[in-house]
Amino acid sequence: MGAEPARPVPVVDDLTREFWTGGERGELRITACAECGRLFHPPGPICPSCHCRRITYVVVSGSGTVDSFTVVRRPWIDGYETPYVVARVRLRDQPDVVLLSNIVGVDPEEVRMGMDVEAVFETRAQVQVPVFRPTR
Amino acid sequence: MTGVPERQVIISGVGRSAVGRRLGRESLDLTLDACLAAIADAGLAPSDIDGLTTWPDIKGELGGFVGPSVAQMQQLLRLDLSWHLGAVDGGNVLGVLAEAALAVSARLARHVLVYRTLTEASAHGARKPRAVLANSGDPWLVTYGVGSTVQFAAMWAQHHFHTYGTTREQLAWVALNGRRHAALNPDAIFAEPLTIDDYLRARMISEPLGLFDCDIPSDGAHALVVSHRDFRRDTDAPVFLEAMGVARPRTSSWAFWPDLDEMAADGCAEQLWSRTTLGPSDVDVAGLYDGFSIFTLLWLEALGFCGRGESGAFVEGGERTGLTGILPLNTSGGQLSEGRYVGFGFVHEMCQQLRHRAGGRQVVGAEVGLVAVGGGPLAQAFLLTNRS
Ligand SMILES: [Zn+2]
Repeated sequence: MGAEPARPVPVVDDLTREFWTGGERGELRITACAECGRLFHPPGPICPSCHCRRITYVVVSGSGTVDSFTVVRRPWIDGYETPYVVARVRLRDQPDVVLLSNIVGVDPEEVRMGMDVEAVFETRAQVQVPVFRPTR
Repeated sequence: MTGVPERQVIISGVGRSAVGRRLGRESLDLTLDACLAAIADAGLAPSDIDGLTTWPDIKGELGGFVGPSVAQMQQLLRLDLSWHLGAVDGGNVLGVLAEAALAVSARLARHVLVYRTLTEASAHGARKPRAVLANSGDPWLVTYGVGSTVQFAAMWAQHHFHTYGTTREQLAWVALNGRRHAALNPDAIFAEPLTIDDYLRARMISEPLGLFDCDIPSDGAHALVVSHRDFRRDTDAPVFLEAMGVARPRTSSWAFWPDLDEMAADGCAEQLWSRTTLGPSDVDVAGLYDGFSIFTLLWLEALGFCGRGESGAFVEGGERTGLTGILPLNTSGGQLSEGRYVGFGFVHEMCQQLRHRAGGRQVVGAEVGLVAVGGGPLAQAFLLTNRS
């Protein structure tokens, strides 16, 4: 595996740092509105529900379900050897929050719609990329 | 004439350069061919053109996705412009046609030249195929191996398959239907017969979408002259704009679209039908975006040609969507077979159909045509007629 090109490392900024580094403590951190409390993703400087500008991060359970997925058969991104799974994951804490992610730790052929998944973290340079595996 | 402003608008001329795979022609050369052809087709001279627009009007050629700028074309043709728009919004597709229609209905211009040039086939031939989103630098995509819109289209397809029982054998008919029409289109890149076995045996790109669910990078320029109906002459064969939809509900994001049971197409279609007394049953011929096959199915549902979840059964077997079916669909072959002209091929074909110049693929007696383009968060729709 050593010869494989590295997977992309996201550029981290003040707004996204907790999402990309929460995995250091095994935590999936999602932006939330300090006023109405609703979660939202991707991180932004304003709550999409009440348009409040006070934003915080909260630790969520990391549990979710596969909203949809695709087994990718044609390579697109260095470091991503085919086949791999790109999925939309709905968070159990608030199901209207969708994360675009990967399903790992399972044969791509075994991924199913509605599958229960949990967050795990992939170390890439200084960040911990949240991905999901089937719930054990 | 009362009603919505776009009803003041006609497409007075259409033009197309040479089209195909790896033509080895300069983008500007193709653009000039298409523009001069459209102006001549409208019975006009370049000096009559007082509006000009294209999309995308941005720096860089992006692997053949970007053609000459509005500034360059104005300079070369020495146009006295009373309105112009070099559009940059990534969600435009055929938005510039809507903008041109608004400009002439507002009498900011009489004759707007709208053009779109692609040289993706030549550009891709020169190097490894461009991964559009892979080059976007968007960390929410690239970090997760998302490098192409096909991956989003595939998730819409997976949702449809899972929720409504749609099958690959049904989806195949978007490609098969287009291909049989392409056999009657001398401009089509792929015209040889395509069987369901060919379709099912082709390599997977992003499950459940395979090679024949994805359109073909192509070379070619298209141009339209969009005019106020007051400036038509007795000798013209105009196509009348009846209504349009440009809505983008919910979000601009492919990655974080909230619900795969919908696309922007749904809001766009609702807006279109709210602007006309015509309805789906009045449509004689349709061109529904097939950049990825699943989008055609979702447009059929959004526009009300069938119920939610019923589009797989609607296209299966190809009877309804043939030239003599209840909804002749993608009569040029669509982007899957004619070539990827990012929406403009559909408008070109619809104008041929409504002027009864579509040759062997003419839908007999066609009077009302519908073009709808885009997928996911992108959508524009145009209802066109040959009746004044
Ligand atoms: Zn809020």
